[in-house]
Amino acid sequence: MNATSPIGGVPAARAAAAVIEMIDVSIGLAGAVETAAVEGIHCAIAAGDYWVIGGPPGSGKTDLLATMAGLYRPLKGTLRLFGKDSAKLDEDDFRAARLRIGLVFDNGGRLFNHLTVAENIALPLRYHREGQSGPTEERVSRILEVTGLTALARDLAGQIKHGSRQRVGLARALALGPEILLLDNPLTGLGQRESRWWREFLARLAAGHELTGGQPVTLAITCDDLRPWADQGKQFALLRQKRWVRIGGRIELAGSEEPFLRELLAPDFNVGLAGGS
Amino acid sequence: MTTEPWQTNIRQPTFDNQQLTTDNQQLRYLDSVGRNIIRFLQTAQGLIAFTLIALGVALTKFNAAARVIHPLIRSQIYRAGLRLLPMIGFLACALGLMIIGQMVALLTRVGAQNLAGTVMVTVVVRELGPLAAALVVLARVGAAYVIELGTARALGEVEALEALCIDPVHYLVIPRIIGLALSIFSLTVYFIIVTLVSGYLFAFVQDVPLLPGDYFKQLATALVWEDFALLALKTCSFGMVIAVVTCYQGLAQPLRLEQVAGATTRAVVQSVVACVLLDVLFIVIYLAM
Repeated sequence: MNATSPIGGVPAARAAAAVIEMIDVSIGLAGAVETAAVEGIHCAIAAGDYWVIGGPPGSGKTDLLATMAGLYRPLKGTLRLFGKDSAKLDEDDFRAARLRIGLVFDNGGRLFNHLTVAENIALPLRYHREGQSGPTEERVSRILEVTGLTALARDLAGQIKHGSRQRVGLARALALGPEILLLDNPLTGLGQRESRWWREFLARLAAGHELTGGQPVTLAITCDDLRPWADQGKQFALLRQKRWVRIGGRIELAGSEEPFLRELLAPDFNVGLAGGS
Repeated sequence: MTTEPWQTNIRQPTFDNQQLTTDNQQLRYLDSVGRNIIRFLQTAQGLIAFTLIALGVALTKFNAAARVIHPLIRSQIYRAGLRLLPMIGFLACALGLMIIGQMVALLTRVGAQNLAGTVMVTVVVRELGPLAAALVVLARVGAAYVIELGTARALGEVEALEALCIDPVHYLVIPRIIGLALSIFSLTVYFIIVTLVSGYLFAFVQDVPLLPGDYFKQLATALVWEDFALLALKTCSFGMVIAVVTCYQGLAQPLRLEQVAGATTRAVVQSVVACVLLDVLFIVIYLAM
C-alpha cells in the first residue's frame, strides 16, 4: 500500500487490480455537463475495497458516483472499468460492465413511484433476464426478506416513508447481484437505528453475502459526515474545492492534519477508530 | 425667418433620434423573427433527432425485454384506447347527428342522395374520423405524457433507469408510441362506424327516403381498398407523431414546476400542427392515386 505509482499517490499494486480506475479525470456537473465539478481525480478501487468519500454538499459527490457507474462520460481523463478503458468499449461491453455496478441514489433512492416496492426490485431482473418468472419472484422475495421490506412489498413506492424508500433503493441495486455497489449519502435523513442497520448490512455485503453468492461486494460510499464510516471504511478520500484528496486507510485518517478533514470529523472521532486499520 | 446655425445644430440630433428609433424597432422586429426561426429550427432538429433515436431503439430492441415492454404497451392501449371508448362513442354519436344526419337530409332534398356514400366516405372515413380520434387522444393522454415524463425526469427516475442499464427510450417512449398508434387506429374505426350509423338514424328519424340497404350499399361502393390502407397508415402516423412530440417535450430537459404548463402547451400545439401537415400529405397521396 505504500508503493505508489506516479499518478497522484495511487498504489501501484492496487491500480493493477482495480475494478474502477480514474486517471486524471475531470467530471461534469449533472445540470451543466461542460462545467467541471471535480478535477484531477486519480483513484483506483480494487475488488473488495471499501471506500468512503467525504465532502460538503455540492462538492460533486453524486456526479463522481454517477461517472464511476458509467452514467456520465468524464469531461477529461480516463475511466477504466474492470481494467478496460470505458471510452474504447463497444456498446455491449460497456453495458455488460455497467451491469456489474450497482448505484444507490441519495434522498429516497429515486424510486419509480407508480410501481410497488416488489415491482421496483423486480424491474431490472425482468428487463435483463428473459425466461420464467419463478426465479425472479424467488429472488425478489429473498431480497425483500433480507432488507426487511417484506411487509411493504405491495405498497406503492411513492407512499412509503423516507427510510424505507432508501432501503428499496438499495434492494433494487442489489437485484442483479452487482460486484461493486456505489452508495450516495445513504444515511442522509435516517435515524440512529436505521443508520446502524445500514452500516451492519453493508459490512455483511463487504464480507460476502448470500445475495451476491457469498462474494465480497466492493463498496464506495459518499457522505457529508465521515464519523459513521470511520471504523468501517478501508480507504478514505475527500472532495474539496473541486479537487480529489486521497487520505488513505484508517491510520492515515486518524493521523491526518488536514483541517477540512478534522472539520468533517467530530470530537468523538477517536472512539470510532477502535477497530484500527 | 432665418434659421440660425445653432438652431440647425439642435434640430439635427432630433431627426437622428427619430431615425434611430425607427431603425431600432426594425432591428428588434428582425431580431424577434430571427430568434423565432432559430427556435423553430432547433425544435425541428430536436424532434427529428428524437424520432430517429426512437426508431433506432425500436428496431434494435425489437422484442427485447418482452416481459417488461409488452405489459407496458398493453397498459398504454388500455389507457389511450379502451378508456376513451365512451368519450369517442359520445362524440361520434353527436357528430353523426349534427353533421352526417343533416348532410344526408340535405343531399336528399336536392335529389343527390346517390352521392351520400361518396360524401360520407370522404368526410368521415378520410378526414373527420382520424382527426377527431387523434385530437381526443392528444387532449386526454398526450398532454398527460408531458407532465408524467417531465416529472419523472425532474425526480431522477430517468437516471435511475439508466443506472439499471434500462434504456429510457425503450422503457418510456416505445410503449407509448406503439400504444398510441394502435389506440388511434382502433378508436378511428369505432368512431367511423358509430358516426355513420348514428347519422343514418338521424336521417331516418327525419323521414329521409333513403333505405338502410341503399345507404350502406353506397358506402360500400364508395370505399376502395386504398381507403383502408391509408386509414391504417394515417391513424398510426398520427399516434406516432403525438407520442414522439409529447415524449420529446417531457424528456428533452428536466422540467421545473413552472415550466410544465409551457411544455404541455408546446406539445399540444406542435402535435396539432404535425397532424394537420400529415393530413395534408395524405390528401396529396389520395389525389395522386
